[in-house]
Amino acid sequence: MVTPTHYLVVSALLFCIGLAGILTRRNVLMILLCIELMFNAANLAFIAYADAWGNLGGQMAVFFIIVVAAAEVTVGLAIAILLSRQLRTLNADEVSLLKW
Amino acid sequence: MAEAASFYIFSGLMLLAALSVVSNRRPIYSVLSLLVVMFCLAALFVMLGAYFIAALQILLYAGAVLVLFLFVVMLLNLSPEALSRTRIFTLRGAGTLAALFLFVCLARILASVGEPPTGEARGTVEAVGRELFSAYLLPFELTSFIILAAIIGAVTLAKREPSK
Repeated sequence: MVTPTHYLVVSALLFCIGLAGILTRRNVLMILLCIELMFNAANLAFIAYADAWGNLGGQMAVFFIIVVAAAEVTVGLAIAILLSRQLRTLNADEVSLLKW
Repeated sequence: MAEAASFYIFSGLMLLAALSVVSNRRPIYSVLSLLVVMFCLAALFVMLGAYFIAALQILLYAGAVLVLFLFVVMLLNLSPEALSRTRIFTLRGAGTLAALFLFVCLARILASVGEPPTGEARGTVEAVGRELFSAYLLPFELTSFIILAAIIGAVTLAKREPSK
């Protein structure tokens, strides 16, 4: 018997793997990929709760999250291209233009 | 029984692929592992009754977002990350510890809220469409502005001439 809690535990694990990736990787592209992982973990939790409560609101939230994630990725990848073109690096530690 | 078997197969495969996304040194392998994560997640969505969202997941994430990632990774021709050894170990240790801590916190929260009810939500295209164009009409129209802003932002950022 698979209960909603099973899905929530998987979602928590996926979220933590994504967080570990963000904290350990220094490449801007890898950080964006790990953010996608965390988005998907949140989506899984939303859909698990939507199914548990018999309410479509959770699935609507996932729909909007997917749209926002797609928009975020396009801008993020454009920034990554700009970084590699102008600063010749994709290492997040070396990009400190905004640090005073 | 079949439900439990497919749940464990898909979630196990998904978590393994997620670990490979995080730990692979070559970005292109990470992107391809993320593709496996997306497909397994779509399978879990179908098991949870979110049929339309599962289709959207494959079309939008696997079809559009990951192709964009692949294009950029191939365009930039990334080399594997080169870092000094001590730095990698402290980073890995700190990151893994923080993630473990977060997981313990989430597990305690899940244990304290108890088992949610077991209803059913069938997210067929018709049901989702009805909901989307009645209760969520305004947010749905507003997402078009987000997409427009993202298009304009991406084009102006990527087309900018090098200033130096």
